[in-house]
Amino acid sequence: MISEVKIIAHNGKQFIPDVTKAVVPAPFRGKPEITAAPVDEAALVDLCPTGAIGRNPVSIDLGKCAFCGECALAFPEKIRFTNHHKISTNDRNSLIVRENDFSKIRVHPEKIREEIRDIFKRSLKLRQVSAGGDNSAEWELNASGNPNFDMGRFGIEFVASPRHADGIVITGPISENMAEALQVCYDAVPAPKIIILCGTDAISGGLFVDSPAVDRSFLKKYPIDLYIPGNPPHPLTIINGILDLVRNKNFKY
Amino acid sequence: MAKEIELIRIKNAQSIPFQDIPVLQYSDFKSNMLALAEDKNTHCVNYFGFRQNSDFQLIACMADDKTGDIAVLSHKIPVQQHPVLESLAQYYFPLHIFEREIHENCGIDFAGHPFQKPVRYPHERVDQNQEINNYPFYTIESEELHEVGVGPIHAGVIEPGHFRFICNGETVLHLEIQLGWQHRGIEKLFLQKDKLLQRNLLAENIAGDTAIGHSLAFAQLMESLGETTVSDQLHLERCIALELERIAINVGDISALCVDVAYNLGASVFSVLRTGIINFTQQWCGNRLGKGMIRTGGTNYRLTPELKTRVLEVLEDFEKRFVEMSHYTYKLPSVENRFDNIGIVTTRQAQLIGSVGMAARMTNLMRDIRKTHPFAGFAILPYEAIVLPKGDVFARFLLRRKELKKSIAWIREALKIMDFENLKPEPPKREVNLKPSAFSVSLTEGWRGEICHCAVTDENGKLAVYKIKDPSVHNWKSLELSLRNLEISDFPINNKSYNLSYCGHDL
Repeated sequence: MISEVKIIAHNGKQFIPDVTKAVVPAPFRGKPEITAAPVDEAALVDLCPTGAIGRNPVSIDLGKCAFCGECALAFPEKIRFTNHHKISTNDRNSLIVRENDFSKIRVHPEKIREEIRDIFKRSLKLRQVSAGGDNSAEWELNASGNPNFDMGRFGIEFVASPRHADGIVITGPISENMAEALQVCYDAVPAPKIIILCGTDAISGGLFVDSPAVDRSFLKKYPIDLYIPGNPPHPLTIINGILDLVRNKNFKY
Repeated sequence: MAKEIELIRIKNAQSIPFQDIPVLQYSDFKSNMLALAEDKNTHCVNYFGFRQNSDFQLIACMADDKTGDIAVLSHKIPVQQHPVLESLAQYYFPLHIFEREIHENCGIDFAGHPFQKPVRYPHERVDQNQEINNYPFYTIESEELHEVGVGPIHAGVIEPGHFRFICNGETVLHLEIQLGWQHRGIEKLFLQKDKLLQRNLLAENIAGDTAIGHSLAFAQLMESLGETTVSDQLHLERCIALELERIAINVGDISALCVDVAYNLGASVFSVLRTGIINFTQQWCGNRLGKGMIRTGGTNYRLTPELKTRVLEVLEDFEKRFVEMSHYTYKLPSVENRFDNIGIVTTRQAQLIGSVGMAARMTNLMRDIRKTHPFAGFAILPYEAIVLPKGDVFARFLLRRKELKKSIAWIREALKIMDFENLKPEPPKREVNLKPSAFSVSLTEGWRGEICHCAVTDENGKLAVYKIKDPSVHNWKSLELSLRNLEISDFPINNKSYNLSYCGHDL
């Protein structure tokens, strides 16, 4: 007993007191910034392994970006990855970062379905479905609930059954073999329910989008409530994204 | 007796001209394979088939753990309506999974195979009538018994797989694990995506929890086929990254095991300790799981003197807190009692199923590529592997603690022999020209065990075959065996004590 108390004392406070203000130190690759510097745009587009970079003007689609940072290493005068980790949004187009556009990526309150904040602001239980995920986004979802990040303090938790859930979090490009199981799981969640796409693979298919073993038809059927980009997303990206979705700024217990 | 045929033997990450691989008659292939397998120090690291013009070619790689040699042999069978070969798995059981895979991908029937079932239901499977929802599970007809099916979606935040238990009351008689749900066609993508960076990223995504282990195997393979070398400094840096990955996972698994026996203090402290390690990895390469760290022919993220100082500080703080917590946890009766004598796998069983990595070492079976086929930094600074005798959950729990300490010690030694004064940038290669018509095999010891990547190039130096083997391919069988005669409620601790990969298996 005394030993346990000692251990607790030696480990000290480990949780992040305010997750909304926490900073992830560089060289973490968060939101990129693109300057107007002239570069060989064809070479830049060609460099990107996932086809996330577009031209006229130069843009990066964070829904496709694998966050490898190779473009910033090859064209440092053009692209810089900042450590800004709050990049979750409910608008797919907001994930496209354009040249000379330094505005923040945010959750747009006007686009949130009305019932979401009404019903889920104090408690949101989620069912996770890994559909071809590589177990990195899954690890970071788990890490979101660990003693450091402690998502549970906001009433946000992962539950064992879709019947107990208010929505699903999908990771992975959705393999053909998981397509049916994903549908069954979604159907089992009582309405109203939300869908969160976590990680580049889930949002756009990433490197796997051309694979015939992937079946993304599920995503065409339903509105997506939140996109959490990253490869894998940082736990703070996950937590802040979900909090911004279910609560407004003035939320008080 | 095996007919005297000169087999070609190569070292880890050595490339050879493809035509140097002897193509044997199946009878000679069989006798040579079985003669090699008879030596207990030899095990099969990869055996796969692919189509080449009008033939299927089968290539087997048998690694000798004593000499560090890998014997490569092959057989050709013409593409025809119903190709049939005698199953070698009936004589040397570790081949069972490889033969099943070849059957699924090439349609070759292995006569006498104990259970020639689908492996992962790939998109291009020969028999399109096979459906993932209709897997031929082993069954026992009895009024006394019942079956429990779990998955593909599980209760936790983990990947999908289906577990089918046959139980007598609470006791599990038999467990069969069906995988394939995660199949993304990644091996095909290696051929389709022709840029080096794309392939490098694919390697990081084979199993995102082993990003460094798999991408290191990939980089070694490309370097051997592209005749590129890297500095000793980088070799050691890569292995430091690999050991950091191992430390993070091991402490995370110890935490997960504490969760499952409701020891909350251990669960919390070990989980927090993991954060410290992966946050250092992020400080080094910008990603907590080490994605972006390993690149072919160089690195974007040098281990600078500042990072060296930092990693030593991180490890010192980690070790202090880890030792204190583990000292208490590992002798806690409520923890020990739940793990002791649970889920035993014997040395003989591990040998029979071809276990690798920790799943082998916890049963006294020495399978550690770092020691037996040293690669990268382990060829410069040797690693002394450890084994434990008992093969139960506690052995797996304890082995993690012991290996973790070894990893820390190895990193400290490596940092001592590294030269931080003359650090030069070593940018990665944008593209490498692969040797035409060549074959290479690359082995690394990821935290789950031996990772094997093989590649064949065509006459133009393009990748023609890319074959990945995650250690889980062997080790899932070990989990199945662990569960025999246990209570079904002991499944979670057994599963966590292995922590095997679904996507690494399903590819």
